[in-house]
Amino acid sequence: MAATHAPGRGTARVSRLGRRQGVRTGLLLLPPMLWLGVAYLLALGALLITAFWTQDDFTGAIQRQWTLDNFRDLFTIKVYRTITVRTLGIAALVTVIDAVLAFPIALYMAKVASPRAQRLLVIAVLMPLWASYLVKAYAWRGMLSQGGLIDWVLGPFGLQSPGYGLLATIMTLAYLWLPFMILPVYAGLQRLPDSLLEASADLGARSGSTLLRVVLPQAFPALVAGSIFTFSLSMGDFIAVTIVGGTTQLLGNVVYNNIGAANNLPFAAAVATVPIAVMLVYLAVVRRTGALENL
Amino acid sequence: MTMSRGLRTALLVFTVLVLVVVYTPLALVVLNSFNVDRTFTWPPPDLTTKWWDAAFHSKGARSALWTSVEVALAATAVSLVLGTLAGLALRHTRFFGRNVVSLVIILPIALPGIVTGIALSNAFTTILGMSLSLFTVVVAHATFCIVTVFNNVQARVQRLGGGLEQASMDLGAGPLTTFRLVTFPMLRSAMLAGALLAFGLSFDEIVVTTFTISATDQTLPIWIFQNLFRPNQGPVVNVVAAVLVLLSAIPIYLAQRLSGSTAEGLTGAR
Repeated sequence: MAATHAPGRGTARVSRLGRRQGVRTGLLLLPPMLWLGVAYLLALGALLITAFWTQDDFTGAIQRQWTLDNFRDLFTIKVYRTITVRTLGIAALVTVIDAVLAFPIALYMAKVASPRAQRLLVIAVLMPLWASYLVKAYAWRGMLSQGGLIDWVLGPFGLQSPGYGLLATIMTLAYLWLPFMILPVYAGLQRLPDSLLEASADLGARSGSTLLRVVLPQAFPALVAGSIFTFSLSMGDFIAVTIVGGTTQLLGNVVYNNIGAANNLPFAAAVATVPIAVMLVYLAVVRRTGALENL
Repeated sequence: MTMSRGLRTALLVFTVLVLVVVYTPLALVVLNSFNVDRTFTWPPPDLTTKWWDAAFHSKGARSALWTSVEVALAATAVSLVLGTLAGLALRHTRFFGRNVVSLVIILPIALPGIVTGIALSNAFTTILGMSLSLFTVVVAHATFCIVTVFNNVQARVQRLGGGLEQASMDLGAGPLTTFRLVTFPMLRSAMLAGALLAFGLSFDEIVVTTFTISATDQTLPIWIFQNLFRPNQGPVVNVVAAVLVLLSAIPIYLAQRLSGSTAEGLTGAR
């Protein structure tokens, strides 16, 4: 070992080191890549193939015949179209709500708060992230319940809780994923040099136009990075919607029901390709903004 | 600072308002665990500790809690090994597959949980012919937990570079000695932070778990979800929920102790 490191061996040493490094990288990568690359990717591939198979309606057995029937059903049966559009709409709306809420908070944290307040605020934002996802959705079930806190707060204004349904789902999802938007935007704004803001002010811009024309464009990749989380997480959700959504159905519920009650894996797999495809397109589009470096 | 006073005040007020809204449901959960009433009626008619007593003696909740801890520990151990190996592999070298490797590691968490869940469940049951058990849950959890360890370890090795290890090798230490005395101490806190995240992620996970667990096993989230809509179990669920809210302070405290900066490496993971 030590001998090969002796000085003065020139090029032989370099190339041997290089080769050994390659071998070492390979050995280190072998176990994680066997686990993820082989096991996970194969599982994913198998799922996609299943989407092109069909199921015997009587026996419930999967028939390995190539067919596009599952996708035809998905795109032609009206209820699935409605659910797909609703899911994408909710994911988009939740993303916009979170961006609007997160930007001012992140701006305050990164550019106004003192270093000490900044640390406390980061903790305040992170803490709900560690509280169980299920508990948070359940908490909103309590907030929105009849005679619950929201009813009590809105009562004096002659209003009442929206109850369980579409609106409750959107509120709960926006609540659940808010920290995933705040943290990347905060990190992005922290990297924005103060001198840029000062330059803008020196050139005569008021706070408002500095915000709109300097800060916001610079923070955009970070906002997009956050949107990857909020969008993907909303699109795959079926637990929160079960808890607060009343009878509202999302794509996740369709997949779940087809695995459980209907036991139609090929169709469930076909439905699951929708979020995969949407996410891949989304990632391909946002790559250009440099958002992926902000994750 | 160049921002006007009005703008700064407005930002402060907005931040405080949103944080109040963020913490209200959590506070409500804790308070409601003492609510005499079985529902979420506000304000609570009276307070009691009898539900806490009932929850403490609830067999289902207790065994689900231990199941969750076991699963999370096992998944964390696996992802700690695999994530550290992957993080170490991707240093120095800029080989062609680098981006592919990162993508493959991030994929299980970037795709919706339901996709990962049914893909793995399908692989376990129909391809491999295994029956679902806690083992399959651990395998599934480890798959999406690797990324948290990987992210932390990779960030650390990139920041520190390989200079110290080269010095150690030049001074005659073999690779194992170098790893034990130089590399590992350098990575230790990053590995711990990654493991903490992996544990939290696994402990809280329900979507992938739903598809990879057998009908007889229950992790804590599965137990909560199954008892959520049973009015009789309501008060016990409330207490378990309150405990989970209060426990979330522990990882935050540990993360603070570990790095001093909780922002590092925590944003890249759910």
